[in-house]
Amino acid sequence: MTDLKQIDWVPLGLIIGMALLALPLVGDPAAWLTLTAAGLAMGMMIFVMSSGLTLVFGLMDVINFGHGVFISIGAYVALLVFVPLAAWGAADSLVLNLSLVGLAILVATAATGALGYAFERVVIRPVYGQHLKQILITTGGLIVAEQLIHALWGANPIPLRLPETLRGSFLIGDAAVERFRVFAIVLGLAVFAAMYIGLNRTRIGLLIRAGVENREMVEALGYDIRKIFIGVFVAGSALAGLGGVLWALYRQILVASMGMEMMVLIFIAIIIGGLGSVGGCFAGSILLALLANYTGFLMPKLAPVSNILLMLAILVWRPQGLYPVAKR
Amino acid sequence: MTTALLSLSGVHTHVGRYHILHGVDLVVPAGGVTMLLGRNGAGKTSTLRTIMGLWRASAGRVTLSGEDVTQRPTPAIARSGLAYVPENMSIFADLTVRENLVLAARSGEIDAERLRWVFGLFPALEKFFQLAAGALSGGQKQMLAIARAIIEPRTLYLVDEPTKGLAPAIVANMISAFRELKASGATILLVEQNFAAAKALGDTVAVMDDGRIVHAGAMGELAEDVDLQHRLLGLSLDRHQ
Ligand SMILES: Nc1ncnc2c1ncn2[C@@H]1O[C@H](COP(=O)(O)OP(=O)(O)O)[C@@H](O)[C@H]1O
Ligand SMILES: [Mg+2]
Repeated sequence: MTDLKQIDWVPLGLIIGMALLALPLVGDPAAWLTLTAAGLAMGMMIFVMSSGLTLVFGLMDVINFGHGVFISIGAYVALLVFVPLAAWGAADSLVLNLSLVGLAILVATAATGALGYAFERVVIRPVYGQHLKQILITTGGLIVAEQLIHALWGANPIPLRLPETLRGSFLIGDAAVERFRVFAIVLGLAVFAAMYIGLNRTRIGLLIRAGVENREMVEALGYDIRKIFIGVFVAGSALAGLGGVLWALYRQILVASMGMEMMVLIFIAIIIGGLGSVGGCFAGSILLALLANYTGFLMPKLAPVSNILLMLAILVWRPQGLYPVAKR
Repeated sequence: MTTALLSLSGVHTHVGRYHILHGVDLVVPAGGVTMLLGRNGAGKTSTLRTIMGLWRASAGRVTLSGEDVTQRPTPAIARSGLAYVPENMSIFADLTVRENLVLAARSGEIDAERLRWVFGLFPALEKFFQLAAGALSGGQKQMLAIARAIIEPRTLYLVDEPTKGLAPAIVANMISAFRELKASGATILLVEQNFAAAKALGDTVAVMDDGRIVHAGAMGELAEDVDLQHRLLGLSLDRHQ
């Protein structure tokens, strides 16, 4: 475990600095708090959706354009819990509401994890080491899966109602912070903490970090990197499924392309974070979402390109991303 | 006559379109240090990579204690008792010194006594035990790469140019570490460009050129025969002596 002195705090300082800089620019502290909470919640959701992808790329150089489909599938599978148990969501009981969401997450992650296992065997394994084929075949897998969703759930958007106690807002002074956003922030932080501890304190986590740096050497030490990779792919797919449930609750309407729509943001987050770095993906996701919110408020005309500008600025500053992974 | 621990017979290796090893025959007897010498580009690194299964032999056989390991995947070869220190060291820079060693200990835990022994060989590693390995100096990284190979006893250690680019004091430290490893009864296949180091450590020697073994024998013989050295190793001698 690297001690705290060795952690690079600059990117985190950048996030805090940006938030503080936005305060006088936004002017109204209540509006600033609302924007910041919304940005953090969005950032956490992007992080949950993208953290698996960055490890998948870092470990095996596998470019998976199909990742977004696991987000959609996670959302749709959650319907299998949300619809029949709608009464749990309608009840004004935090315990019932959270049980419902917890159960939906459990079922969605189990399904996307299992699908990830099959996807790795059938789609990814034949194209190890061949980037162009990976892009083509994973995009193909994505199209097939989206059509499958249409076939199973129909082509029309499906509304999803937020459980009762997650609706509405907390009032903090004059600021309104949506309850669901607080929920998303807490869940995102929990996922980050679990991944951080898993990667830093467990043997399998050590092997993953070592493999991201140099998979050949991990094999020369006697470990089968393919097995580790399958585990990471399954976990990454399950995380995408979890992200899909959150994303569905946030949008409150499901469409088959909802995962794919996120892929541009997800790719930007893992690139500015540093490919293969979970910490970088976390910092990158939050930076991205906060900036989008602040520019949306301050300079709406600039908002559509704020992501790209952020990516350019970060890559000029640190060409390998916020937390570069030492490679071979 | 000692028994062969590792033997290569007629090993060819292709990397992409390139034909790199052209029928390597090499025997590493159990116990002691076998030096693998040869000018740059002779094929020494490629030979070690082929033994480890990082590159597949396209023809020929690699046997370890009589068992054919030619087609085994790298992790299986490692688990049959091989430790590998690559030419570029390949330490995990983002991991601490401790984490690098923990991973190398396949039992999952570092044996305390063995660790003390390693610290005795390379005191710097004890000092920087909790530091990210990427922050070490070049010499310390090399020490870590070797420590990672010897943190648990292995049947055979493959070590690729451990003294390359290091200051003389550190080279001396390396040589005495390998002496001690050898004294523990280990078998080592050691690639070296530094002929003085080779003389100091080697029991037997094989010289490569152009993807083949062109000489094999006792180290003492080669050490005494200056003409032979010149013929086999050419210019590389003048640089190092
Ligand atoms: N990845 C590679 N692709 C193609 N040729 C290579 C590669 N690595 C080494 N070679 C070639 O193989 C030959 C042997 O290289 P190497 O085994 O590294 O020699 P040595 O370790 O004795 O200096 C050289 O001619 C080198 O150029
Ligand atoms: Mg070499």
